[in-house]
Amino acid sequence: MSTEAGAASGYLSITPDERARMLEAIGVPSIEALFRDVPEEVRLRRPLDLPPPMGEVELADHMAALAALNTDQDSELSFLGFGMYPHYVPAAVDALISRGEFMTAYTPYQPELSQGTLQAIFEFQTSICELTGMDVANASTYDGATAAAEGVLMACAQTGRTRALVPDAVHPEIRAVLATYVSGRDVELVPVPMVNGLTDPGAVEALLDADVACVLLQHPNALGLLEAAPRIGAACESAGAHLVASVDPLSLGILAPPSAYGAQIAAGEGQPLGNPASYGGPTFGFLACRTEYLRRMPGRLAGETVDVDGRRGFVLAFQTREQHIRREKATSNICTNHALNALAGVIYLSWLGKAGITEIGRLLVSRARYLRDRLALVPGVSIPFPGAHFKEIVVRLPEPAADLQAALQQDGINPGHPLGAHYPGMDDHIAIAVTERHPRAALDRLAQALEARYA
Amino acid sequence: MPEAPPPTIFERSVAGRRAGRLPGLDVPEAALDSLIPPELLRAEPPGLPEVSEPELVRHFTALSRRNFGVDNGFYPLGSCTMKHNPRINERAAALPGFRGLHPLQRPERAQGALRLMHELGSWLGEIAGLDAATLQPAAGAQGELTGLLLARAYHEERGEGARRTRVLIPDSAHGTNPASVTMAGYETVKVKGGEDGGVDLEDLRAKLDESVVCLMLTNPSTLGLFERDIVEIARLVHEVGGLLYYDGANLNAVMGISRPGDMGFDIVHFNLHKSFSTPHGGGGPGSGPVAVRAELEPYLPRPVVARDGDRYLLDDDRPRSIGKVRSFYGNVGMAVRAYAYIRTHGADGLREVSETAVLNANYLLARLRTLFTVPFDRLCMHECVLSARDLKRRTGVRALDVAKRLLDFGVHPPTVYFPLVVDEAIMIEPTETETLDTLDTFVAAMAQVVAEAEEDPERVTQAPWTTPVRRLDDARAVKRPVLRQPAGEAVGVGA
Repeated sequence: MSTEAGAASGYLSITPDERARMLEAIGVPSIEALFRDVPEEVRLRRPLDLPPPMGEVELADHMAALAALNTDQDSELSFLGFGMYPHYVPAAVDALISRGEFMTAYTPYQPELSQGTLQAIFEFQTSICELTGMDVANASTYDGATAAAEGVLMACAQTGRTRALVPDAVHPEIRAVLATYVSGRDVELVPVPMVNGLTDPGAVEALLDADVACVLLQHPNALGLLEAAPRIGAACESAGAHLVASVDPLSLGILAPPSAYGAQIAAGEGQPLGNPASYGGPTFGFLACRTEYLRRMPGRLAGETVDVDGRRGFVLAFQTREQHIRREKATSNICTNHALNALAGVIYLSWLGKAGITEIGRLLVSRARYLRDRLALVPGVSIPFPGAHFKEIVVRLPEPAADLQAALQQDGINPGHPLGAHYPGMDDHIAIAVTERHPRAALDRLAQALEARYA
Repeated sequence: MPEAPPPTIFERSVAGRRAGRLPGLDVPEAALDSLIPPELLRAEPPGLPEVSEPELVRHFTALSRRNFGVDNGFYPLGSCTMKHNPRINERAAALPGFRGLHPLQRPERAQGALRLMHELGSWLGEIAGLDAATLQPAAGAQGELTGLLLARAYHEERGEGARRTRVLIPDSAHGTNPASVTMAGYETVKVKGGEDGGVDLEDLRAKLDESVVCLMLTNPSTLGLFERDIVEIARLVHEVGGLLYYDGANLNAVMGISRPGDMGFDIVHFNLHKSFSTPHGGGGPGSGPVAVRAELEPYLPRPVVARDGDRYLLDDDRPRSIGKVRSFYGNVGMAVRAYAYIRTHGADGLREVSETAVLNANYLLARLRTLFTVPFDRLCMHECVLSARDLKRRTGVRALDVAKRLLDFGVHPPTVYFPLVVDEAIMIEPTETETLDTLDTFVAAMAQVVAEAEEDPERVTQAPWTTPVRRLDDARAVKRPVLRQPAGEAVGVGA
């Protein structure tokens, strides 16, 4: 049964001769004998039905051929956003996170050998606290959607209340994941309608009562628009409800941090911070909170301490919240997080720096406004939502947005994401994202393509 | 004497320095408060570090030098399957067509990714002996939550949702199992282990009734032992209408040798970052695909990657789906790596992976059994669990001390104090990628540590001696929590 030839891949290191010596040391006659505890009736007595093996040379070509069937963000002029953005990833980020000492390490359970990961987490936590104005940030979650879902569960546990207001203007992916996360819990999600692309603050005020644990506010929202965050924060405060803010980290150089409008919890998708889209992942989520929430925080936290010689060092702190200690009483089941993606995040934020985070915010909002103003002049195109935006705008077209997308992609332009699948009645609406990688000429090219089509 | 700890990136910060240069403003400049209502604007910029690129690169390089990965040396961390991470997989995931692919790209322009996901799903189904798979769960724990929600959807459609509320879990299980049960809104019921390290069938029978959602089992168990009664266990669970859930953390022992579906399991989660070699990244990202029997397929998270002739598409019209557990389609970048890994090995290669993993673990068990206590005297699978119970009684040296002393030998220690059912547990998983020399060197290190424990226990109880930091004060990190650089120090305090 066992393979006769030597190692089937170059990843195994035991020669046939060594194998024989090892079997002898174990005291069994064959590899087969090692599996004597596996009952015959559950043994697989045929090879798995898998394609034949490939050496690295053929595999490299095979993977390249598969990749070539995809149109990536650099093979066309892409304005796709709606939750993931083609921001620039600095070369230093890729170089540093590729170091094997980071990439091939496990969770830092042995802190003496893991000071690099632990200090990087500590610096990541600090950066997220600086951005959001919160007191405590964890080491990361899987993505922005699970971060928001964990935030809502934290607020329900903390307030002892069972309802969460979830505006329609929150990204549909976040709403879908949140609905799954609360499906086994005594938590009711209450939608809040949208007016002019914005969460209706009057509706929030009307829905807030003594049973509402929190409002989940995305700001900028799924349509790229800036919400009436201070008014909604104040409404939460007077109703004794908490505010969970889901934010774009790149907006926080110019937009007020969640702490400024009364949020107790801040969550968000970290992809814009040095992480490629990778067809949706892996990226990372961040989750931050005020101190009173510390013991309800899910996931890992790095803390500073000293060693027996008094030297500064870092450890995983407050592990008694976590599943490997608390089991069914843990704050969450999260174990693996997205440490390497969060490392990319903290390197990116250090690359950008204090000046850069503000500059990039200005650049993005200015370019998005330029494009919005430019597209408003295209015959047949209108701006359905007049409110202030950050880096993504929505325009209304004189045709289904999917038709425009299919047509423009023929000419190497992906004009953005059609919204009809997410919002009824918005078949002719398209979300257009702008980044630092979209110079004015690119914006003009999109506008000219629309002018040509609708002339 | 170890080097002095490096400053934090915030302590390196000097006002006026910067690494990244952004494009200049190339559109008409407008005052920020004409673009954004003033009450939404930030008063003070966030205190991010101000460093030049050389400083940035040196800083994170310095941090990496204070870290230890499987690239640095032996990493027999039980239950974590720290095998070699092939570099071709990294290169494949970094191809622009994968790395730069937007999740909302139209499916007709993402055919390579969709084909890869579809094929990987079918291969995982074949490896598990099950019919359908989702790649959406981001990690093993999310796979567990997904599996439990699938079980609930299944029971609800059969009109048994309300009465089935209990999930049975052996006392040796991973902590994520009971935590996931709580996330799913169910109650955890512990099942005792038997004399041979397997599930105690008497205890299982006593706890099985029609309130059971499922039994969650790891096979081989966290003791590294194959569950010899698995067929009977499956029969008993199915007899009361419950489902059988397979925690795939230990799949590395049985690929191509025995399939969970053939054992009777209905739901399986995989850890791509364990069995399929994707790097752990200092704690993630992982990826936790789930495979199921055909009856459970309608409930899989949406969308499902479907095939229509030569075309692949995302089917989001799934009315019986449990919904989404993660945005978009999961950690596709990890799926690319796992796909490359399976493609490298093929059927014989994967079986040889498992055979070699089991060989290496049994070799270590055979060589170490005179040094430590062997709680279950059987052949092991891909990992072995020893106990430092007798060593501790003789010398006062605990499993933790053994682990800490191993750090001085350039070895990442095994998992200690897990599984919880073994006193002073030392759980060793060498994986298949190590050389015999490495295994022998590890045995020699263990022998030396035991000898030191007998002759000079302080050498062990005070270890490590040579690491960048020595034992750290965990209690202080909780009593006087410092979870971020204090705000006042965050900017410009000089290097």
